[in-house]
Amino acid sequence: MGAHFTRHVKRNLVAYIALLPMAAVVIFAYLGTLAWSVRLSFSSSRLLPKNDFVGLSQYVDLFDTPRWLTSLGNLVIIAFFFLLICFILGCLLAIFIDQNVRAESLFRTVFLYPYAMSFVVAGLIWQWILNPDLGIQQTMRGLGFSGFVLDWVVNPKMVLYAIILATVWHGSGLVMALLLAGLRGIDSEIWKATRIDGIPTWRVYLSIILPMLRPMIITSLVLLSISIIKMYDVVVAMTNGGPGTASEVPAKFIMDNLFERANIGLATAASTVMLITVMFIMAPVLYFQYFRKSGSSS
Amino acid sequence: MGMKQMVAVSAIALAATTGFAKAEEPLNAEVIHWWTSGGESAAIAVFADAFNAAGGKWVDNAVAGGSAARSAAINRIIGGDPSTAALFNTSRQYHEIIGEGLLNDIDAVATKNNWDKVLPEPIAKAVKVDGKYYAAPVNIHMPLWIWYSVAALNKAGIDKAPETLEDFFADLDKLKAAGITPLALGGQRWQENSLFSAVLTNVGGAKLWKSVYGDKDQAAIRSPEFRKVIETFVSLKPYVDQGSPGRNWNDTTALLIKDEAGFQVMGDWAKGEFKQAKKEIGKDYGCIPGLRPDSPYVLGGDVFVFPKTDDAEKIKAQHLLVEIMTSPEVQVKFNNLKGSIPIRADVDVSSLDACAQLGMKIMADPARQAPDASQMMEEFVYGSVQDIVTELWNTNMTVDQAVDRFDKALKG
Repeated sequence: MGAHFTRHVKRNLVAYIALLPMAAVVIFAYLGTLAWSVRLSFSSSRLLPKNDFVGLSQYVDLFDTPRWLTSLGNLVIIAFFFLLICFILGCLLAIFIDQNVRAESLFRTVFLYPYAMSFVVAGLIWQWILNPDLGIQQTMRGLGFSGFVLDWVVNPKMVLYAIILATVWHGSGLVMALLLAGLRGIDSEIWKATRIDGIPTWRVYLSIILPMLRPMIITSLVLLSISIIKMYDVVVAMTNGGPGTASEVPAKFIMDNLFERANIGLATAASTVMLITVMFIMAPVLYFQYFRKSGSSS
Repeated sequence: MGMKQMVAVSAIALAATTGFAKAEEPLNAEVIHWWTSGGESAAIAVFADAFNAAGGKWVDNAVAGGSAARSAAINRIIGGDPSTAALFNTSRQYHEIIGEGLLNDIDAVATKNNWDKVLPEPIAKAVKVDGKYYAAPVNIHMPLWIWYSVAALNKAGIDKAPETLEDFFADLDKLKAAGITPLALGGQRWQENSLFSAVLTNVGGAKLWKSVYGDKDQAAIRSPEFRKVIETFVSLKPYVDQGSPGRNWNDTTALLIKDEAGFQVMGDWAKGEFKQAKKEIGKDYGCIPGLRPDSPYVLGGDVFVFPKTDDAEKIKAQHLLVEIMTSPEVQVKFNNLKGSIPIRADVDVSSLDACAQLGMKIMADPARQAPDASQMMEEFVYGSVQDIVTELWNTNMTVDQAVDRFDKALKG
């Protein structure tokens, strides 16, 4: 085993050396800063990082802060609707394009285009469209529909759905592209077989094709989830958390406390909570993936 | 081989830069600031020119956005490579850095120029920590002016600016009846907070302002006077237009410039917008410092701090910067461009505009000077206060709930 190991190392020495910088970056820059952030969340740091230890008091403060609780609640609502709508819409778009429609590449580009746009730009565009003084409401009223109301961006009860609308517009193209790639990889023999069996098309998609696309579906869900967790720019561009605190999200809470409110302790506590949340959600997915993979390969 | 070349090149580059550094002028001053807009950069150029004329070399390091610039300055200080000077707001933003011993004091210059006498008390308090001056104030912004459009008021049949709160509300009603937006407000946290501060100073007066925000006195927070402040603030809601949420302050001032709205509560930097639109004080727009004869004149503004260094040349540059920035002539020239007023009363006010002159006159009375809220509490406490104000404005929070939240937040 020792000899085998040495031989293995010798043969791959260059590869290991090539990997070193990346490994160093991951260990020091990535994991190191992560550990440092977690450490700071147990300190009383305000403007400058401090090395004292105050136990869980930042976490107690955090969950006593109404704005943080609002942010968490908002994130749950956004995550639910965003994932659901984005996924269903992306699926339908992919299936639609897969019907060998005319001008397919045009549609593909149109649907994927929003994703090429930065969240800031997407947020600003939707902010203008939904702004009652500039956008659709003003246009419709100008056309004579004086009772027309579309005030999502300025209405505390609807503002979250305005953000969901913008993010779905932005993200569903990605789901479409991924699933379309998967659909194109489906063996045409399968379609022929189902046709011979006389199975309705919707049933084929639901029971045969989609399960076969599992890797693509997981990839798109993971990508979408990440964009939800780090959602910041679109909120800043569209509402800046307003009206009031109606559209605050955790990432913005962290940024505000870190840079504007000189409250490093609270900000790192909040980011640690986010990290733990992500780990809880992702761990089963990752574990399942790796477990399945190693199981099937042996 | 490529590696060797690289090393050689970097060695030459290093030698070149160090050689260059030695050849540089002695009084080199790198200044981090966030004054990037047209009027602001013109204003800071006054400092740069005066400093260069006095034998220094101003190295400009402008970072867009106040919090980004302050972060940059703090990171450089912690990293051990600080700039010569850095811009902060007249607040507590830099008090923690002083506590850590990371700033040089400028007591020598301050004593020489008699700052104890020259500076208004709230400003002196903000820059003097443990008996030593640590920051050079360069301007005074009063963040709570009430601006009005003369044409909009005339259209609503109002012929003179309100002087009391009752007049103000009566005028709001008249404007509303005339179909004009009575109160222009940009629905962003800090603007809503300015409006609340204006209500607090004009309804509660200087005493309540200082006891609630300064002393965090629980009796004052739970007093009927403070409840009245909250109620008055909430009662302003119907006078704001629907497009308010999220609107920038300058777009909001534009409503007054276009005579589409009557009043706006905003700092004296709003003058820049009026001036750019070629509007004249008195003819097109006006400024009201307060709605009671003893309304407190809140003193905000900006200061420069000077990071710790033992380098005698650098300290000399820091002291020269302070001398120049606070000298009477430079003060007038700078503040005229910045829209603020000078930090000292012993200057020639004749070149200032009418609103600034009015401000100088009020500020001359120590009884009317009041510190800005950010000078009376830590940033994170002020942040929580602003969260309450914005929720109060945008939800149906009751007065009792608001009082409870203020009480809790101000405890810190």
